[in-house]
Amino acid sequence: MERYTLSVLVENNPGVLSRVVGLFSRRGFNIHSLSVGTTQDPHISRITIEVNGDAQTVEQVSKQLSKIMEVIKIKTLRDSEIVKRGLALVKVKVSPKTRSEVIEITTVFRANIVDISSNTLTAEITGHDRKIGAFLEMLEPYGIEEIARTGMTALERGTNTLKIDK
Amino acid sequence: MTGAEMVVKTLEKNGVKVVFGYPGAANAPIIDKLSFSSIKHILTRNEQGAAHMASGYARVTKQAGVCTATSGPGATNLITGIATAYMDSIPMIALTGQVTTKLIGKDAFQEVDITGATLPFTKHSYLIKDGLEIPKVVNEAFHIANTGRPGPVLIDFPMDILKAEFDYPDEDEDISIKGYKLIGKANESQVKKVAEAIKGAKKPVILAGGGIVISDATNELRKFVKETDIPVVSTMMGIGTIPTDSPRYYGMIGSHGVKRANMIFNRADLVIVMGSRLGDRTVANIKGLEEGNKLIHIDLDPAEIGKNVQPYIPVVGDIKDVLEQLTPLIKGYKAASSWIEEADELRSRFTHEPFSDDNGFVNPKYFLKVLSEKTNSDVYLSTEVGQNQIWCANNFTFTSPRSLLTSGGFGTMGYGLPAAIGASVAVNGEKPVIAVMGDGSFQMDLPEMGTMAQWDIPVKMVLFQNHRLGMVHEHQYLLYKSNYQAVTIEGKPDFEMLAKAYGIESGTVTENSGVSEAIDKMMASGDSYLLIVEVSPFEPTGDALNEATLPKKEDN
Repeated sequence: MERYTLSVLVENNPGVLSRVVGLFSRRGFNIHSLSVGTTQDPHISRITIEVNGDAQTVEQVSKQLSKIMEVIKIKTLRDSEIVKRGLALVKVKVSPKTRSEVIEITTVFRANIVDISSNTLTAEITGHDRKIGAFLEMLEPYGIEEIARTGMTALERGTNTLKIDK
Repeated sequence: MTGAEMVVKTLEKNGVKVVFGYPGAANAPIIDKLSFSSIKHILTRNEQGAAHMASGYARVTKQAGVCTATSGPGATNLITGIATAYMDSIPMIALTGQVTTKLIGKDAFQEVDITGATLPFTKHSYLIKDGLEIPKVVNEAFHIANTGRPGPVLIDFPMDILKAEFDYPDEDEDISIKGYKLIGKANESQVKKVAEAIKGAKKPVILAGGGIVISDATNELRKFVKETDIPVVSTMMGIGTIPTDSPRYYGMIGSHGVKRANMIFNRADLVIVMGSRLGDRTVANIKGLEEGNKLIHIDLDPAEIGKNVQPYIPVVGDIKDVLEQLTPLIKGYKAASSWIEEADELRSRFTHEPFSDDNGFVNPKYFLKVLSEKTNSDVYLSTEVGQNQIWCANNFTFTSPRSLLTSGGFGTMGYGLPAAIGASVAVNGEKPVIAVMGDGSFQMDLPEMGTMAQWDIPVKMVLFQNHRLGMVHEHQYLLYKSNYQAVTIEGKPDFEMLAKAYGIESGTVTENSGVSEAIDKMMASGDSYLLIVEVSPFEPTGDALNEATLPKKEDN
């Protein structure tokens, strides 16, 4: 089992996400993470899907996705070919005694503090999921109140792009 | 022009002559406007019947059949028919009414999310949000349904949009769907590899699938086989691509195939699969196919290649194109005569004349043999699902593609009768249409006899009556220690009286010696006819119980 990232350009229509996600569940493929957003063309969205599987399974996923009318283009990418980022917001318990320690950790991870109260602190971190995982692990002992994480989104390194043929 | 008028006008532009349907509040505007058009609307007795009729119509005409239903239960009743069409790659357009736009999502009366419900088994679907897009969407729907690997497309029309006024565009927009590209010519080097593999094979076999029918490649296949002498076996959907009485055809493979075909398939050192998904009822031993560099898989749908079985040589392409490229490359090649002899020996060893003495029952295999002879196979024959289907597939002589209408992928009981009605509408009396049914499946869509009667649509109904759900009965005999549960059909009507109630002629035959006369009488009738054929509850599906590759216990 390996981790693959599918970068999928779709028509920005209502219902397109359910077509894509529905296909995964009914064909027994697992989604590890998913993120969606529009591209520079407002009619086109990019869905980034991380899947675990062998090469054959991932090829089958990609072929099945291609059959959806609103799916315009798909590229299956390996981690080495892409920059991949996700975002997490994490609310940690702090006391006057621990606050400075938590702030120190966020600095080390280059996370941002986006909200603070007398006994909590909310940090924002972006990065590869391993980095986010490590950050959360460091905060664990202080008491994590809540986590909100996005799926990964990715672009190919270098000059390669996922262009739509005109 | 109203939205409904736009729908009807665009249907006419797409050459639609008939719509099978059932009215209700939400699709009433379409039904209303159809009455002012050149399109005939045929009222069915259940929306499921309408979908199957559209499917039967499409299988005969090669063009998308059209069905319509109202919102909610009308739309959900179409579902089985849509899924049936999807599994057999049948082009179909389903037009459903939807509640008024502002009520969508409010659990309004007769509201259901039909585009959501049918998502897994439509090729595409639309929910109309703006009346102006109706012509574009309907044109796109036909394009999608009919091209590439065909399939059903559903369009959901909120009734306020059907009633509102819009300007019909002066010119049709060009169809351009960014995410829908048709497969071009097959890769030459892959085809060359196929040719080389064939030349190097000692025991090649062709598995003919339904893709050959869809691609209209029957003539190319027949020419290819004539030149190469390669033995052909088929899937259920591929029956008729090669005449089933031709010397190089050895029968249907799979769990309900014939032993000779399965043995030839298993003994082959090169298997050329044309237009088949290699489903679980067709091949059980996937590993055997993946080993030994023996599998060539040709299919128009790239997703079929490697889905169930990993081929040695994959070819993505239209079978017709592939055969046109391949045939000149193997000029002069002939399958080894020793292999033909081996195949012929298997055929003669495992083919038996059907029992035809009198014993209080009719042998359905004998019946179908006589029916083939009497009709010269020049008929469309639909089946239901169960023993009747397998008996037809293995015993009727099919000489042309599309002559067998059957629910191969989805296995839908209740399909055969309405499909025959749709086919009969399509052929318009040019050929007889025969529906072969069991007494279980017949009763699933039996009210459609009313549709036949109302619209004078002739269908010859052959009812194999064994007072059982025969295939499940056989299953229980083999796998559940003869614990027959829920398989005897109690309280069944007197079918002859029932036919009479619909004004349909009927007859009954209970002995093999009566078969010939009974068939003559049925075929001589200029109208619909119900022939009840009394068969034994213990009549096996296969040639003999030990002949078919029956499902194993662990398969269940």
